[in-house]
Amino acid sequence: MPQALEGSQAIAQAVALCRPEVVAAYPITPQTHIVENIAKLVADGKLNCEMVSVESEFSAASVVLGAVAAGSRAYTASASQGILLMAEVLYNIAGLRIPAVMTCANRAVAAPLSIWNDQQDSMAVRDAGWIQLYCADNQEAVDTTIQAFRIAERCELPVMVCMDGFTLTHTLEPLEVPSQEQVDGFLPPFSFARTLDPRSPISVGTLVDPNYYSEARHSHHHALLRAQEEIIAAADDWGQLSGRHYGGLLQVDGPEDARLGILTLGSVLGTLADAREEYPEAPAAKLIKLRSFRPFPVEALQQACAGLSDLIVLERALSPGGGGIVGAEVRAALSELPDAPRVHNFAVGLGGRDVPLDIYPRLLAAAQSSGPTRFAIFDAELDRLPEGDR
Amino acid sequence: MSTVSETTIPIAELRRSQLRFRGLEAGHRACQGCGQALAARLVTEAAGPDVMIANATGCLEIFTTPWPQSAWRLPWMHSLFENTGALASGMEAALKAQGKSTKVLAFGGDGGTFDIGFQALSGMLERGHNVLYVCYDNEAYMNTGIQRSSSTPHAAVTTTSPSGKARMGKRHLKKDIISIIAAHHIPYAATASAAYPSDIRKKVRRALAIEGPTFLLIHSPCPLGWGHDGSQTVEVARLAVQCGLFPLIELERGELTSVMPLRSARPVKDYLKPQQRFRHLFQDDTRAAQELEHLQALADHNIEVYGLRGTNADPLDSDGADTVRRGGMRWA
Repeated sequence: MPQALEGSQAIAQAVALCRPEVVAAYPITPQTHIVENIAKLVADGKLNCEMVSVESEFSAASVVLGAVAAGSRAYTASASQGILLMAEVLYNIAGLRIPAVMTCANRAVAAPLSIWNDQQDSMAVRDAGWIQLYCADNQEAVDTTIQAFRIAERCELPVMVCMDGFTLTHTLEPLEVPSQEQVDGFLPPFSFARTLDPRSPISVGTLVDPNYYSEARHSHHHALLRAQEEIIAAADDWGQLSGRHYGGLLQVDGPEDARLGILTLGSVLGTLADAREEYPEAPAAKLIKLRSFRPFPVEALQQACAGLSDLIVLERALSPGGGGIVGAEVRAALSELPDAPRVHNFAVGLGGRDVPLDIYPRLLAAAQSSGPTRFAIFDAELDRLPEGDR
Repeated sequence: MSTVSETTIPIAELRRSQLRFRGLEAGHRACQGCGQALAARLVTEAAGPDVMIANATGCLEIFTTPWPQSAWRLPWMHSLFENTGALASGMEAALKAQGKSTKVLAFGGDGGTFDIGFQALSGMLERGHNVLYVCYDNEAYMNTGIQRSSSTPHAAVTTTSPSGKARMGKRHLKKDIISIIAAHHIPYAATASAAYPSDIRKKVRRALAIEGPTFLLIHSPCPLGWGHDGSQTVEVARLAVQCGLFPLIELERGELTSVMPLRSARPVKDYLKPQQRFRHLFQDDTRAAQELEHLQALADHNIEVYGLRGTNADPLDSDGADTVRRGGMRWA
């Protein structure tokens, strides 16, 4: 039976259902409600785990790293500046192939200071070597959190579950919270082959000279590519158990023969889906939800985009001086297709800027009117800027 | 047991006959006379096999684990330079959740402890994790090539605190880390020296018998960084204690509970002279003379505030206590 839950509260319950033994976190808006709810579950005796309230995000990630290495399932959550403060540890966790899970409550990165949503934070650590899964709504975030632990532990790779700050974390929605039996049937008790144990001592995190480094990097890259199978398997198996499926690596929705497509990540997808109903007169378009950004699903994306004449890539981050981050990767992947669609790359909703329904027909019109847009911040009001900045 | 020191015994037989546990094996790549290697071996011997180690970036990490080799016979993990306190906290939280009694040791140098890892260490102490944090203090960033840290003594020369016309080495004082640690009111904090093995063993065992965070600062000479002969490591470390510049003390819940008395305090010059890093203090220069006076005053201050002056000859004072020079009790 669905319950009305705030996104963060639901994530806390999903984490608790996965029976972590160690949770470490440092507060940052908009992640706070997640860890507050976990702390309350611990205080109420509903979750039996070591809750380590650390003195920084840097230490939160480090505690999780130490805990998993010592043989416990462990979780943390952060956002924005916190993700950046963790960045060095995030690389370390991934390079050591530590199966940790964290939630990124996506938020803009200062400066200018903004506590509101975009995805600059998780995009800033896309090269850290974590699996990154982006969720379109709170039910998906709950189910993906549970899947994340299984994916992490089967692949010996860390997983970051990304959900838009405020838009999802602070929104109350009717949700199905899985039962403990469902989760236990899906997620076996934690086991990690390279656990630190005095009975069979191993050395972890050694110095690797140029004779071995490239091979270590190759293994890591290869493990991420291979993780695509586990991401799909987790989505399928959980779909069977729960009746809810969100696509494995990505999900395509819309008429088969549509020549227009819009690809995006996260909660903007819900806006676009609503807008499609709101504007039935707009040209038919496929909506492509990129669920797995790392690993980047090149083959699945090529399949999803075959037959499109124009693809709009919408993202909530950018690489200043470069352009769109997702857009660049999509373009590179599609360039291998014989009839590659034209790619129009826009950023929207930066720093919590509202993404209204009417953005949908405007985007489609922009895509059809002229040549492809290499990159633009679609909703920036340039007339508010001094002339030289436009 | 005296025959064990004879080199004619095959290594395998020697191993079998060893009464002590070896956590850090021989054959690692430390420099000759490395005070940190000596101290880490003593600490792991005293700690025994039921421990796991979180090791900060630094010489100890580098010289013990060039992939695919490792000198550790204990579960050992290196993550980063500045997160060792937090890494150890995570290990301890996991072991606690699993109901295991394995003790966590955290190892860092003075750079990783006094400076870049200080916040994570403070957090670990404040949260009361059951971890023994050992800082091997060689008073500079030796792994990167002898740069000054906040532990570098006043007037010492490093590559980033050189002496010259305008400077006499490091301008600032050595950070009083043990007082800062003590201010966390942890159950046990102590200083030790690579020159006093049985004192290290005693303090490690004492720390490990306590439930909660404990801290041990071990003065560990670096022949390369301090500029003394590798054969003089123990002698130099002993002189640091005997002149009062590195007092050996114990603190419980922030209160001083014990000190190693000095039978007769040596002048700081005796400690400084064998080290190249203080060579500029022995030239004919009024500034050098002033700095020497200053360092002597710092030692005198330690002797005063910690009450280091012994009254009678004591088997456990700075002259009587077991040192490597005298052999001591081999298995003590």
